[in-house]
Amino acid sequence: MNTTVVAQLQRQFQDYIVSLYQQGFLDSQFSELRKLQDEGSPDFVSEVVSLFFDDCSKLINTMSRSLEQPDNVDFKQLDSGVHQLKGSSSSVGARRVKNVCISFKECCDVQNREGCLRCLQQVDYEYKMLKTKLQDLFNLEQQILQAGGTIPQVDIN
Amino acid sequence: MVMETESKFHVLAVDDSLFDRKMIERLLQKSSCQVTTVDSGSKALEFLGLRVDDNDPNALSTSPQIHQEVEINLIITDYCMPGMTGYDLLKKVKESAAFRSIPVVIMSSENVPARISRCLEEGAEEFFLKPVKLADLTKLKPHMMKTKLKKESEKPVAIEEIVVSKPEIEKEEDSSVIEILPLHQELESEQLEPMLSSNKRKAMEEVISSDRSRPKYNDITTSV
Repeated sequence: MNTTVVAQLQRQFQDYIVSLYQQGFLDSQFSELRKLQDEGSPDFVSEVVSLFFDDCSKLINTMSRSLEQPDNVDFKQLDSGVHQLKGSSSSVGARRVKNVCISFKECCDVQNREGCLRCLQQVDYEYKMLKTKLQDLFNLEQQILQAGGTIPQVDIN
Repeated sequence: MVMETESKFHVLAVDDSLFDRKMIERLLQKSSCQVTTVDSGSKALEFLGLRVDDNDPNALSTSPQIHQEVEINLIITDYCMPGMTGYDLLKKVKESAAFRSIPVVIMSSENVPARISRCLEEGAEEFFLKPVKLADLTKLKPHMMKTKLKKESEKPVAIEEIVVSKPEIEKEEDSSVIEILPLHQELESEQLEPMLSSNKRKAMEEVISSDRSRPKYNDITTSV
């Protein structure tokens, strides 16, 4: 094991994850998620995150269809979709996605179709952005492990 | 049916969302619990062995086919579910003489005080706001210990173990021995009942009446 390489990768990982928190992509719930990962469940975080992104994709499709017809918007279905998305983004620590969901819900409540369309677009953008970022993070993790190192514990307040 | 003294707590987790089931399952496993997850209240009742009478949906009876091998120390359920809500499930569990001693915890992503107090009044032990954290689950240990101690005293155990449990729990054990045992054993216990001293029967009544806002039920709801 090349300790210099490992140390460099670990440093990179640490800096990257801290930046994700600082830029508001992630919140403390993501740390909670990481606590649940261990030798028995080494891929828990990536599995859950993957489930979340699948949900995002499906829900955004459904909500998009609900919003299609200007005079026939199913706000009830929209509300249900937003509720689910808000719940899962909250559980994963996907802070920006969650915040868009909060605005999205407000638009639903007042049946503001234009507002909902904007939120939908934003949610789509945010989840895809987060997906790329987390993919980079998981890649770094894999590199560390392959180099024989351990993934650093990062404390976020 | 073998129960080891050192066996883990077994929790039944109910949530219609696959994502949330995965989360709660991992949280519970990480807290050293054995977990069974189901996606609806009706499946939860089925798992417990409660059969809903087709003619009278309000009547609950214990299915004679289910041997109740499964020992559940706690039920944790989402509040918002299609069909049977977590609140409905809570009510059904508390209405069942066989299962009302199982502690029930409700989870919800919404902080609605009226909802919370309604659940607590109906007998829920705790109400957790989602996302549930590992730290929240440490609150569950004392509730699960109660049912564990009850179950363990059903087997022939050393006298020291029974002495260790609190007197109130011992009294509850007497009543639950009759309620929780599988059907054929229950019949035996019922025959034994008249032989119980009046002291024990009085203790049972005291326990039932002192239960926090539990509905009063006259008898055991097992079908013969």
